[in-house]
Amino acid sequence: MESDGFFQPAGEAVVKFNSNRNPDKDLPMNPLKGKSIVSLRDLSTDLLLLIIKKAAEVKKGMHEGCLAGKVLATLFFEPSTRTRLSFESAMRKMGGEVIGFTGTKFTSIEKGENLIDTIRVVSGYCDVIVMRHPLEGSARLASEVSSVPVINGGDGANQHPTQTFLDLFTISEYFGGFENLKVAFLGDLKYGRTVHSLAYALSMFGSKLYFVSPEILRFPDDLKEEVQQNGSEIFEFNDVEDVETEIDVLYVTRIQKERFGDIQEYRKVAGSYRVTPETVEKLGGKAIIMHPLPRVNEISPEVDKLENAIYFKQAHNGIFVRSALLGLVLGRINV
Amino acid sequence: MKEYKVYAIKDGTVIDHIPCTKALKVVEILGLENKGILTIGINFTSQKLGKKDIVKIENKFLKKDETDKISLVAPTATINIIKNGVLVEKRKIEIPDEYINVVRCLNPNCITNSENVQTRFKIVKKNPIVLRCHYCERLVAQSEVEII
Repeated sequence: MESDGFFQPAGEAVVKFNSNRNPDKDLPMNPLKGKSIVSLRDLSTDLLLLIIKKAAEVKKGMHEGCLAGKVLATLFFEPSTRTRLSFESAMRKMGGEVIGFTGTKFTSIEKGENLIDTIRVVSGYCDVIVMRHPLEGSARLASEVSSVPVINGGDGANQHPTQTFLDLFTISEYFGGFENLKVAFLGDLKYGRTVHSLAYALSMFGSKLYFVSPEILRFPDDLKEEVQQNGSEIFEFNDVEDVETEIDVLYVTRIQKERFGDIQEYRKVAGSYRVTPETVEKLGGKAIIMHPLPRVNEISPEVDKLENAIYFKQAHNGIFVRSALLGLVLGRINV
Repeated sequence: MKEYKVYAIKDGTVIDHIPCTKALKVVEILGLENKGILTIGINFTSQKLGKKDIVKIENKFLKKDETDKISLVAPTATINIIKNGVLVEKRKIEIPDEYINVVRCLNPNCITNSENVQTRFKIVKKNPIVLRCHYCERLVAQSEVEII
């Protein structure tokens, strides 16, 4: 699939056909049909743009009912609220059915069944699997033994690709493209899975990345190298005041108490990374504010009232992105 | 008559210039214990390396994709294929694109440490060697590598 070079804002035609061609006969192959979605590292910018385009179409009301007759199995070996509910809602809204479990109580896993056997059996009961598992690499392994596509809903501290897709889609609703974007990440950049993933994805497009964090929670060096090799410039700061550039996107993550040995140190640090309306002003006043949620107290309630605060719209976009992804992977939404 | 500490073989594979004390690890990685008559020499004098080990296996001709598995423990090794007493092929060890079932993943939270699945590590950098676990995607430097 050819890239059109930059994202088309929602509401415009996303695929342009030559009117003299027969679209059914000449329809390009859907490169995601039958494919598992495990890691950002498996994907190209073209595929990311495809997912975003189709999410925009779903949000406009296209592709309704396209998953009729299909069954999604949600296998959540550890709890999740937003990811599981949004996948299940997406599937049902698109006309499909859902089976699955949360937690392994009362399942064959309690009897000692291993992951490989569980996936082999369950993949015979459904058309697509969404899986969250505490061990890293579990989704990759599942995709290798499953007879149906596996979508990674989070594998330990490793990947959570659909969160990144919805983050990218949300950003794309406000900006024409990712190439010249200035994105600031604030908070726990060392352990934040969503930060690592979004930074990686944006680096594929060459966005400028501004990392603001306490010294002990810096963005990991090996990922920094990868992001720079992909083509992004990185700037690192201890404080928001030091950024001194108008930022387009501020992505906030929670600083967890458990990362600090000393509770006093934690309180001092967490306080200085709390986002308030003043923080937004310091970054130029125009940045959209995002957060993967749940948020605790890292964004003050006064910020919720600002137009810049889009974290709840961001969460809702999960439905459209996951609907589009299910449609593409099941071959019911084409290019 | 020239004295050999390790006698010459008529047909088989000679793995020479193994870093000293690594011969047994090479045998283990290649699974040669039950594959034929083995001759192992440890701590020999070497002009090239100072000290070296040697492994000879009779009547087995190891292919390149087999011998490249030892590149993490014996990058200096040379492979000599002997047929009918004649050296028919001499090659160096090269770093493969992927190691399957050679390297252990040190991430205790990696699925390979819980499920019965072979580890796979892809090469990210060759000089110095950096590997990435195919499953958990963590990076491992050559100095941290643990051979299965």
